Amino acid sequence: MVEYRIDRHSGVATYVQIVQQTKQALRLGLLRPGDRLPTAREVVEATAINPNTVLKAYRELEREGLVEARRGLGTFVRRALGAAPADSPLRTELEDWARRADAAGLEREDVAALFTAVLDKHFQGDPS
Amino acid sequence: MSSDTALRADALGKRFGRRGRWALRDCAFNLPTGRVCAVVGPNGAGKSTLLALAAGLTGPTAGALTVLGTTAAQARPRVGYVAQDKPLYPQLTVAETLRMGADLNPGRWDAELAGHIVKELDATARVRTLSGGQRTRVALALALGKRPELLLLDEPMADLDPLARHELMGTLMGQAAMHGTTIVLSSHVIAELEDSCDHLLLVAGGQVRLAGEIDELLGAHLRVSGAASADLAPHTVIESRVTGRQLTALIRPAGPLTDDWRTAAPSLEELVLAHLRDAGAPNPTEERAA
Repeated sequence: MVEYRIDRHSGVATYVQIVQQTKQALRLGLLRPGDRLPTAREVVEATAINPNTVLKAYRELEREGLVEARRGLGTFVRRALGAAPADSPLRTELEDWARRADAAGLEREDVAALFTAVLDKHFQGDPS
Repeated sequence: MSSDTALRADALGKRFGRRGRWALRDCAFNLPTGRVCAVVGPNGAGKSTLLALAAGLTGPTAGALTVLGTTAAQARPRVGYVAQDKPLYPQLTVAETLRMGADLNPGRWDAELAGHIVKELDATARVRTLSGGQRTRVALALALGKRPELLLLDEPMADLDPLARHELMGTLMGQAAMHGTTIVLSSHVIAELEDSCDHLLLVAGGQVRLAGEIDELLGAHLRVSGAASADLAPHTVIESRVTGRQLTALIRPAGPLTDDWRTAAPSLEELVLAHLRDAGAPNPTEERAA
């Protein structure tokens, strides 16, 4: 089950935050095909956001073919996203790299800048 | 009257006393069911009068207000209302107050929900010994326990600490999600309503200045900045300010803007403040409601 964190000051529309966090969970394998997303009621009770915002986000995820609504049962994950589950070899390599960066005395911001630069170089025009 | 309208005002006016001041005048708006509507405006704008009219506590002096497809008086069993001063019987205990709610609302009362809202209070405590925030909880438990189709809350969060506000707003949103309850709540704190409400009613000087879906209202406005010498015609300017050589404005664009303007989407708070400062701005929803 995924838990949404809404940041009021991020400038990102609330429903987009839910879409992005769901995709992030799908990429990391925290959500897998067949898993149920929290109901609109569960999300709004925890976050105090408007129910229609949650439904809008779920409709967007459904439109992208990532989830499906089953009447009276809830919204379920249809397919995973990306190829980088939480325990993949790529992640292990990245962990090693981050450890070496830390050992080399790099600060968090240095690492983030470096990573973003490499990301931008290899993934142009592919924001999410 | 279609059943998907929670509140509809036509030329609604309310005057206190025969020679008194008009608390509301010429108000027209339409609130569909299932919405969470923020009623915002300065002190004395007429917010509380509007909610009291919807609750059937007082009648209009002019025009009409339709509540859930009928008169406010007839809709009362289906309407929950919490007034700003949270009227309760001070000598009753919390448990007795809820039992009264059950007796007054036979066949509708949700004891579990009402109990959930006051779960942190001592059920044997008398209402007069409770703090403002605790009293708010009891009043909300009474209103929500009734399982209303329309819930009217006048400044419901004013007495609550941030944690209690968040929790209570969560409960309210949960009710809206589960039962499609229409919720109308007034507040001064616009930022606190932004994520929870999808409909806006901006009241100032006894008149409705702006009414509609928040997304649509935000989408119909733009924050722009450019050279002080530039002309904003033919767009509707809600508010503009010149600082040195720069002009910044909140406008309702009549068409695409030229490239020499930098534009950004306004926040709800910016939109509301601009309209409050410019109380003479034409209301885009008036044409639609007519």
